[in-house]
Amino acid sequence: MAEENRKIAFICSKGTLDMAYPALVMGWAALGNGIDVTIFFTFWGLDLINKHRVDHLEIAPVANTSMKMSLMGLNTGNLGIPNIMGVLPGMTAFATKIMKDKMQKLEVPTVREYLEMLVDGGAKLYACKMSVDMFGLKKEDFVEGVEDIVTAGDFMDMTEGAQIIFI
Amino acid sequence: MATRVIAGKTVQVNEEGFMTNPAEWDKEIAVELAKEEGISELTEAHWKVIEFCRESAKTSGKAPTLRQITTGAGVSTKELFALFPKGPAKKVARIAGLGKPEGCV
Repeated sequence: MAEENRKIAFICSKGTLDMAYPALVMGWAALGNGIDVTIFFTFWGLDLINKHRVDHLEIAPVANTSMKMSLMGLNTGNLGIPNIMGVLPGMTAFATKIMKDKMQKLEVPTVREYLEMLVDGGAKLYACKMSVDMFGLKKEDFVEGVEDIVTAGDFMDMTEGAQIIFI
Repeated sequence: MATRVIAGKTVQVNEEGFMTNPAEWDKEIAVELAKEEGISELTEAHWKVIEFCRESAKTSGKAPTLRQITTGAGVSTKELFALFPKGPAKKVARIAGLGKPEGCV
């Protein structure tokens, strides 16, 4: 089969709830289709594998032009959430709760659970050394299954021949 | 719609080799399809997954996703990937005589 050796590598550079999911969903689909998966977490993306942060990822309504009032189930069409409202205390937590509730309804696993599934399915997770040093993190800060802290050069070596997706 | 002979029976298949009529499926066909997928012997654990998929498809009309299998059949993700290595999502559905699973998780 031509797919036998197909490899995909994701670079996760964002730590918001909405940007956590693309690599998880696509990585899981790739594993299901017999594709090797490597995920490299860098910069804010480290929040996804930081065991103190992974359950507290958020989405902020401020300056998010895609987030409309209708997300709250109101029939308001394209009316956005005013930025002036978004700055009020609690709005980020509120938006996050709405999104998490929606995902739970669709039986989408949490980020922590998704990572476990990926590791169990054979995906390899790595943390970016420069970011780890910058944020003062250690291997113990990461969820189980993170293989190692590696440099950008290591990442290039281990993803030879892979399709690379930057998120 | 193409047809092919598996385990002495003529069945309908689509262009990707998935059976299109679950009613034409039987256990001998599953054994043959499993061999094609590189699984030489179907153990009890394999059958548990296959039977869960058949049951699930009977009620929903479609093949369950990997996560539906792990939560529904009581198989861990690790076991599932060990039983059907290299792409369980497609392999399980194909061996169970179902279409490709619809859904992302």
